[in-house]
Parts: sequence; C-alpha cells; structure tokens
Amino acid sequence: MQIYVCVKHVPDTAANIKIAGENGYNDSTCKFIANPYDEYAIEAAVQLVEKQGGEVVIVTVGPEAALATMRGAMAMGAHRGILVKVDGQFLDSDITSQALKAAIEKDGAPDLILMGKGAVDTEGFQTQYRLAAAMNLPVINEVLKLTVDGGKAVAEREIGAGSREVLEAPTPCVLGATKGLNEPRYPKFPDIMKAKKKAVQQFTLADLGIDAAGAKSELLKLEPVPERSGAKILEGSTRDRVVELVRILREEEKVL
Amino acid sequence: MANIGVLIEIEGGELKATNFGVITAASEQGKNDVYAIVMEGAAEAVKDQLSAYGAGKIVAADADGLAASPDLQAAVLGAAIQEYSLVGLVGLASARGRDVFARLAAAQGLPMAADCVAVDFAAKTVQKSHFSGKTVATIRLDAEVVLATIRPNAIEPVNAPVEAEVLQFAPAVSGPGRVSIVEAKLSGSDKMDLTEAGVIITGGRPIGSAENYKILEECAAALGSAAVGASRAAVDAGFAPHSMQVGQTGKTVSPKLYIGCGLSGSVQHFAGMKTSKVIVAINTDKDAPIFEKCDYGIIGDLFEVVPALTEALKEK
Repeated sequence: MQIYVCVKHVPDTAANIKIAGENGYNDSTCKFIANPYDEYAIEAAVQLVEKQGGEVVIVTVGPEAALATMRGAMAMGAHRGILVKVDGQFLDSDITSQALKAAIEKDGAPDLILMGKGAVDTEGFQTQYRLAAAMNLPVINEVLKLTVDGGKAVAEREIGAGSREVLEAPTPCVLGATKGLNEPRYPKFPDIMKAKKKAVQQFTLADLGIDAAGAKSELLKLEPVPERSGAKILEGSTRDRVVELVRILREEEKVL
Repeated sequence: MANIGVLIEIEGGELKATNFGVITAASEQGKNDVYAIVMEGAAEAVKDQLSAYGAGKIVAADADGLAASPDLQAAVLGAAIQEYSLVGLVGLASARGRDVFARLAAAQGLPMAADCVAVDFAAKTVQKSHFSGKTVATIRLDAEVVLATIRPNAIEPVNAPVEAEVLQFAPAVSGPGRVSIVEAKLSGSDKMDLTEAGVIITGGRPIGSAENYKILEECAAALGSAAVGASRAAVDAGFAPHSMQVGQTGKTVSPKLYIGCGLSGSVQHFAGMKTSKVIVAINTDKDAPIFEKCDYGIIGDLFEVVPALTEALKEK
C-alpha cells in the first residue's frame, strides 16, 4: 500500500502564544511539534504497512523548520517525506489542500491518504475535505476505529454521548484520525538516528504551480483571550462553602 | 433583510436544545430571515419550537438515501443556498455539523469557518478560537455565502417568536457519493452529550476509579440537566471512556457552569472548556494552576466536597 500522511508543524499545545502585529505571533520563542491528531494518522499508516506492506510518505506544507517535525514522523516508521515550503504563518486551507494534492500526485498513486482530524493551531478542521474534493476521493473524518481491506475502508466515528456510526468508503480515500484510533508509538533512539538519513524532497508552492494569492479566507486579527484573574476562594467549613457556592450560582451568577 | 439558513439537528427524535442559540446567531436580532433546514422529516413537529426563536421558514428537506449519505446532505444544503438565495448558512459544530459543513465547503469551493463563537453576516466575518483557545481569531470569508459552524452553547438563545411556514424542499441532487453510513452503534444510555449540556461536572485523575464517577453522576442529577466529563489523565488511566474527555484531544464545551473536580488546570484542558460562563474548581492543592484561571474555588477533597455539594443542591 502506498500511504501518504499529511502532517502539520504546529506550536506545542503548552506553548505561550505571543501576538505579534495585527494577525501574527512570535514563532521564534515557541517549541513546535507534529500536530497531535496527525500522530494517530502516522501510527495508523505505519501499522497498516507493517501488516500489508508498502510505503508511508509524510507530506508537510510548512516552513523549513518543519523538517524537524517530519524527522520525528519518520522516526515513528514513515519511509520518506515531501516538504512544500511556505513562508507565512498561516495558509488558507484551500491553498494548503492544493499544495498537498500537487505534492502527492507528483509523487505517486495513493491507496490511502491520512491526516489528523484537524490542526490544533488554526483549528480549521477542513483541509482533509478540501484535499478529497480536489482529488475526487471520498473522505471520512474523526475516525477512531479503522479497518482497510479488499479495496474498502470501514471507519467508526463518534456521533455524541458515546454513540458511534460506522461508515464505508472505497479506497483510495482520505481519512482523518482522532484520539482512540491507536496509541502513537514513542520512537526509539535507533529509529531517531535512522530517520535522519531518510529522504525528504523539497518544493516551493511556485514549483508546484500554486499561487497563494488566491486565498478566500483572511485572518484579519489575532487577539489573546483574557484569562480569568483568579478564583474567589470560598472559606469556612465544607458545609458552609458548598451552601455559599450554591447560593452564588443560583442568585448571583444565575446559572442554576 | 438577508436570508440566512440554519441546519437543524434532531438526534434520537429529540430536537437538540443547542439549535436555538444557532437560530439566534442567524437572526441577528431579527435583522435576517431565518430558514431552518430540517432533514429528518420532522419539520412540522418542530416548527413551533423553532419559530419561538425566530425561524420563520421551516424547510422540510428530503432526498432519496439522505440519512445514509453525508455527501448528499451537503449537496442538499448547497441546493438550499441556491433555492432560497441564502447569504449565510450556519449549524452546530457537532459531529454531524462539522462533517456536513466541511463537505459542503469543499464541494462548492467556498470558504468556511468551524467552531465559531460569533458571526457577522454583513461584514462576512467570524470569530473563532486559535491555538487551543489561547487566542481568538477574526476571519473574513471572501464569498457570496458565509458558511460557519457555531460552538454549541456559545451563543445564548433569545426568545423571539415569529409566524412560521413549512416549505417542502426536494431538490434534484446528484448521486449519494461514495461514503455511506452503514450502521449506527447507539450507546444505549440516556446520557446527554457533553457538548449539549448546559452544566458539566468533570473529574480528574484523583477520582481514582471508574466506579467513583458515581459521586459526580449523583451531583449531576442534583444539578439538573448536567453531564459528567473526565480529564485526559482520567481517560488515559482507564477511569472513563474517551467520549467523556474534555479538552484538547477530547471535546470542546461551552456550558453555563463548569465544575472541575481534581483538575490541575492544564492548557490542554482549558482549550476545551475556557469559554464556559462560570468555572468552579474543587482541588486539594491550593497551588493548582486551575485556581488562577477559574471563577470560584473550593480547596478541599472532592470526595468530601462533591457529596456535600450534592446535598446542598437537593435542599429547596
């Protein structure tokens, strides 16, 4: 099986995001990681290829610094990578999907394209759908259980309060992974060393004939969300405190 | 007046209460004509509930095989945009809403914003979380139609009754696509989904076992229509299923009241609940970061405080 896994290079979820200018942030001070949901996709792809044979290719649209994130993904067992280099901090999901499509089609014929259900930086939750539409492939997102066999993907997703639905699509298809699908492995030292030697092809958007000026969504402003300034700590006996809490919630906050 | 569509969600025969806030968002204080699109064949049954919040047109949408095909549902929404000259279409950022809106946006080549907390149709702008809730982004969608999903409970529903009529809509949409829903595996419990709940009480790792969630369930029952959540640490320890997880790799919730019991207050957890209206923390550790980021705190053992709270709630 030829599996492409799209991985985004994102600030660590614990990183402090310092706004810079109207719609940017200071990316020189934060640690970057592979988008956590993409790790479930990498793990799923590596497991499929371990069982059924084939190759896992990491495809990233991001800055040159994303190479480190790609090496991490290859240490988990992916075979090689393709980086489409972009300069800006934010790229419209439509342009991103065009770049992914061009990079994948230039490289080979996918049996499966995997990625996380969404990225934790922009929280756009749509690139997999746009990639699927552009490549005329079926798409299933938020997959937490998956079997791929006999030209068919059978996937489960949660539809609320623990209920799930089971969906089917013929392969090739695009799948978005979420927590529950598997436990992403921690690469061992020899795998990390080996990953340093794996091949990564690099392109620019221009190399792929894509113009980033065609974006249809524009980030006008990025603002910090004010944190609460600290709790009012209730004092007294347990009984006094819970009675006071109930009074506040009912009479002052009116949320009960 | 602009025409704005709302995808209505009915689950297990019940109209989700979170639909009403989305209608409020679509109506913009009565500025717009709201077209509530119902796909479950229940348009007549829910008409009065929807019109109470300002939906004057109830669209009874139907197509062969609609329920089993998310791509067909997206195609029907696309047809509704044309038929009713919609300049905006919104829905819940639920499992279904997130999926169908993304399919629609991709199929039509339209920009779309997911999980928004505010929408301005005239300006074509939305506000939404970026970076795990640490920042809020204002995004302009450069298209004829503003497509957005709205975080459940993020917009307070406003009662604004209008006269309503039901419109039958059976568009000629092409094939069902290649993705089909072949089975629904219902959990069988009558538990409310976390994202739907107006009040949530969550237990962190100190809860210690799956059985101990019982004390939170008892408190939830005393709170009224409340749901019980879990932290990532509690889920990873096997105390609760992933469907109960709040936070970065779990669910994003926005209830009126969020009570966190034995939570440290990690960035990843706050990403999933910081837009809650009131946050209460119960924790034995007075230095837990959660006390710096919540509204009310009780320093104490959850096994002592929660049962006491349940008793206090039951009085009067």
